[in-house]
Amino acid sequence: MEQPVLADHPGGVTARRPRPRLGKALAPYLLSLPAGLWLLVLFLVPLVVMLSLSLQSCNTATGACVMTWHWGEFGQQLSLYHAQFITSFYFAGAATILDLIVSFPIAYWIAFHGGSKKNFFLLMLLVPFFVSFVIRTVVWEFILSDQGIILGTLKNAHLLPQNFHVLATGYAVVAGLAYNYLPFTALPLYVAIERIDKRVLDAAYDLYATRRQAFLRVILPLSVPGLFAAFLLTFVPALGDYLNQQILGGTSNTMIGTVIQNAFLVNLDYAGGSALSAVLLAIALVGIFAYARLLGSRTIEDYI
Amino acid sequence: MSAVVTAPASAGTGQAPRGAPRRRRWTRFVLPAYSWLIIAYLVFPIAVMILYSFNKVTTGLPQVSFAWNGFTTQWYQQWKDIPQLTSSFWLSIRLALAATIVATALGTLLALALVRYRPPQLRGKGFLEQVMFLNIAAPEIVMGASLLGLFVTINVARGFLTLLLAHVAFSIAYVAITVRARMAGFDRSLEEAAQDLGANAWVTFRKITLPLIMPGVMAGALMAFALSIDDFVTSNFVSGAAVPFPVWVYGATRIGIPPQVFVFGSAIFAVGILCALASIVVARRQT
Repeated sequence: MEQPVLADHPGGVTARRPRPRLGKALAPYLLSLPAGLWLLVLFLVPLVVMLSLSLQSCNTATGACVMTWHWGEFGQQLSLYHAQFITSFYFAGAATILDLIVSFPIAYWIAFHGGSKKNFFLLMLLVPFFVSFVIRTVVWEFILSDQGIILGTLKNAHLLPQNFHVLATGYAVVAGLAYNYLPFTALPLYVAIERIDKRVLDAAYDLYATRRQAFLRVILPLSVPGLFAAFLLTFVPALGDYLNQQILGGTSNTMIGTVIQNAFLVNLDYAGGSALSAVLLAIALVGIFAYARLLGSRTIEDYI
Repeated sequence: MSAVVTAPASAGTGQAPRGAPRRRRWTRFVLPAYSWLIIAYLVFPIAVMILYSFNKVTTGLPQVSFAWNGFTTQWYQQWKDIPQLTSSFWLSIRLALAATIVATALGTLLALALVRYRPPQLRGKGFLEQVMFLNIAAPEIVMGASLLGLFVTINVARGFLTLLLAHVAFSIAYVAITVRARMAGFDRSLEEAAQDLGANAWVTFRKITLPLIMPGVMAGALMAFALSIDDFVTSNFVSGAAVPFPVWVYGATRIGIPPQVFVFGSAIFAVGILCALASIVVARRQT
């Protein structure tokens, strides 16, 4: 048992050779350098550039910007577009709550009763991802359209008044968001519920817990990390989404994503767009930091 | 009393405990019915897409109408009649392949570094992990907008290159996490054995490490490909002259969707779902 094994001693044999040792010391950095640099230059640096742009003054005709340390951009943009921020909160919040309610039972059922068909059901939860996000949203426009397969049929059967419509309302946007982000809610919930030790549940029943007590006092508390991850992975992207609003919401109910998109791509107002993006990021960071604080940032790896 | 005795056995098989018959009704009828209903809801729009790819067009304009005009296979025969759509599709394929190769290579190396080394050997590991987490959790529109801000500031023309830079940037962290998760049970003594037998670092990596982590690398590559080919938000900001498939379809929504879009959508869906079903069957055979 206590026999000394050379290879188990760090630097045992190789320590005498200087070149491999240097290589060994550098290896961790060489392995992480390419990806680290990529993330630095194309993820962190752009965020800094964005903050800097929001303090610059831009010529909206040419798109040329000069640094002026003009903090007023934030106040100005917020006073112009706070309504769009609030709309985004309402729509993303409504879609997230709907998704949490809708996907909890199915996540629970697959985790506890999926049996040998678990993989099949998980694939079914992922099935929307096999169709492009833009096409999925366009198809909802077809489904919800005034003369489409649902409303058209109901109207022809005189079950709905002729002027009834869903498209170009907030309901259509929430429906689209809820559909598009449902897998992001259901999968983290499934992962969390799947991890619950079934023996804990058995113990609860052995101690004469009712079904309701077992659910409220065992299953629900133990799936809180999954609920939180699902919330983060659904609410944050939905908050910045602009496709659903533009295709399903008509010209009213503008969400903040549309304002940012127009600032960057239509009005070439890089300073204003950057200020709004920075505010959106700050809002998202509240949730992201809360998550990292409570559950640890590495736990997100279990849910994606 | 018997429940206590049988508890370890039932826990071992992962079955729910046998309880009152009242509970059975829920788990045997209500929940399955509900789950199938949700699955139907998820599949419904896809069925509608496939249906509308067979819809006749009566207006003369190349647009799918909301109303059903009758069945035709015309759009499948004329699938490449819209040159910009076809070229945007091939651009997306090329872009996704390139982004997958780069992101998978970089992400796998990063995963190796993260699995094997801790702070004394790899300083800044915690920071790196925080950046990866932020990269995944941050709203995509902020990433797209900030990348556009960067490209405008340093005066880089937007096109295939900027798309590739952006797609790799949002895929690396996903690839690294996927590969790392699959490396959990990796037995490093196999590498030590190879080196004891005289293999150098490169031979050890190629003959031992890479074959062992290959399933994880493939999963990471699939993830990167799926993320890239479906990306709309970031691509819309950084695409410029090179228009990928989702961005082209988005542009088309303003003037009306040509039926060929649904043909492409149906074809991509068919290929994707067949691959997924095949992988499930293969996985089942292996176990």
